[in-house]
Amino acid sequence: MDRTRDTFFALLVLVGLWEICALLLDSMALPEPWIVLLDIIAALAGGNLLDDLAISAVRALLGLLLAVAAAVPLGLAIGAEKPLRKRLSPFIYLLYPIPHVVLLPLIIILFGIGNLSKIFLIALIVFFQILVTTRDAATNINRNYYYSMQTLGASRLQVYRHVILPACLPKILTALRISVGTSVAILFFVESFATTRGLGYRIMDSWGRADYVALYTGICSMALLGFTLYLILDRLERRICRWNRTG
Amino acid sequence: MITVHSVNLSFAHNGATLPVLRDISFHLESEDYCAIIGPSGCGKTSLLFLLAGLLQPDSGTIDITGSPRSGTILQNFGLFPWKTVSQNIALGLVLQKRPPHEVRRRVDSLLEEMGLSGFGEHFPGQLSGGMQQRVALARALAIEPDILFMDEPLSSLDALTRERLQNLIVDIRQAKGISTVLVTHSIEEAVFLGRTIIVLSGRPGRVLQIIDNPDADTDNFRQSDTFFQRCIAVRQILAGEVDGPHA
Ligand SMILES: Nc1ncnc2c1ncn2[C@@H]1O[C@H](COP(=O)(O)OP(=O)(O)OP(=O)(O)O)[C@@H](O)[C@H]1O
Ligand SMILES: [Mg+2]
Repeated sequence: MDRTRDTFFALLVLVGLWEICALLLDSMALPEPWIVLLDIIAALAGGNLLDDLAISAVRALLGLLLAVAAAVPLGLAIGAEKPLRKRLSPFIYLLYPIPHVVLLPLIIILFGIGNLSKIFLIALIVFFQILVTTRDAATNINRNYYYSMQTLGASRLQVYRHVILPACLPKILTALRISVGTSVAILFFVESFATTRGLGYRIMDSWGRADYVALYTGICSMALLGFTLYLILDRLERRICRWNRTG
Repeated sequence: MITVHSVNLSFAHNGATLPVLRDISFHLESEDYCAIIGPSGCGKTSLLFLLAGLLQPDSGTIDITGSPRSGTILQNFGLFPWKTVSQNIALGLVLQKRPPHEVRRRVDSLLEEMGLSGFGEHFPGQLSGGMQQRVALARALAIEPDILFMDEPLSSLDALTRERLQNLIVDIRQAKGISTVLVTHSIEEAVFLGRTIIVLSGRPGRVLQIIDNPDADTDNFRQSDTFFQRCIAVRQILAGEVDGPHA
């Protein structure tokens, strides 16, 4: 509860700063927060803001889920199995640092200009972030945990289930939390073309029409989306990694 | 039932080989209780790993007849911080896919026996050192072993807690008729818990002496003259080693 209150207070401070800047600047490009708030309410009630929010949320979530589903098992295996690590780490080393956004043309050729390529690009970029963190976490598990399992007669699969996965979960969830920011940024990028739906489109569209209030409505909605995803992951981490806060 | 014959062990270290154990031989009967003592780094843990089958010797043989079930308590990191006390204790049984009600019953009775009632849902990080050691003991006992291998299970405890747990180990051993092999660097502990005391030299560990200590199981042994004399004897053997040509 303390945290909720502190977060709310921080939000008030930020909005207050916004208000001060808006008053000082006195520019069309920075409307006052209450005007934006009214526009958000109007867009929620009458317009299709909720639709845009929903479609953006689905794109981001599917991208994240796809990335996790692929990166976590692969990262765990590469980290924990020495031969795999030896063979596959060089590929990660080469492929991770390249800016995957530039693959967009190729992805569009392969998957078309619809939702699939948007989701795929988000997934691709987040995939590498999660993969590298997961691999590193799985590489650095203390040897004694493995010995403990061995003395209890565990199979390899049981070692994954009882040691490797739980030991890496806190790091995976932290990486995922960081990836939320990335996924929303990519979302903005992929929604700025070849679509008429989503918050990214909303932002680009109102920018083009020089409708600054609508622009800020889009920006705030996107921020809200990012924050909500972050919050969900934060809760999830507190839940599954309760042990991590005790030691 | 355990026969160790001319065992040598070395580790590869930065290209060089580091001899750790040299020409180790001894024999333990079933229901024997043995203490292995020696200076830090002399290879006690390595010897226990060999006995528990976690390492293989470079040469020599280790024969364990009758394929007894063994429980092992490792020096550090034995418990899994992401599992509750109950889950830690249950692990060996869960890995053997025993029916849940049986696992439950066994865990509950072990919690009771170890004085851990009410702490089943705690995480190891929330327990004192002494309680953690009792959890480790409970987990090793859960699978009803015939031999218990223990690597300095009590080293991080204060004197009184330590004595209480030493008594607990004696009680368990007598009640369940299991053999114990205990690694320690405490002379008093070795004399109190070892019917056979194996004294190792500094690295590479050689057997300096095997002391027969038949009184170890008698009442009030800790207060007896024999106890103090044995302690002095062990101390002299170890001190001769430390002050000797190796120092
Ligand atoms: N996996 C390993 N790889 C390389 N060297 C090792 C390994 N395990 C142990 N050693 C080395 O072997 C020697 C003996 O180690 P060991 O842990 O058996 O000693 P110990 O008697 O248990 O020491 P302590 O009393 O401090 O626990 C040490 O010098 C250690 O550095
Ligand atoms: Mg040791």
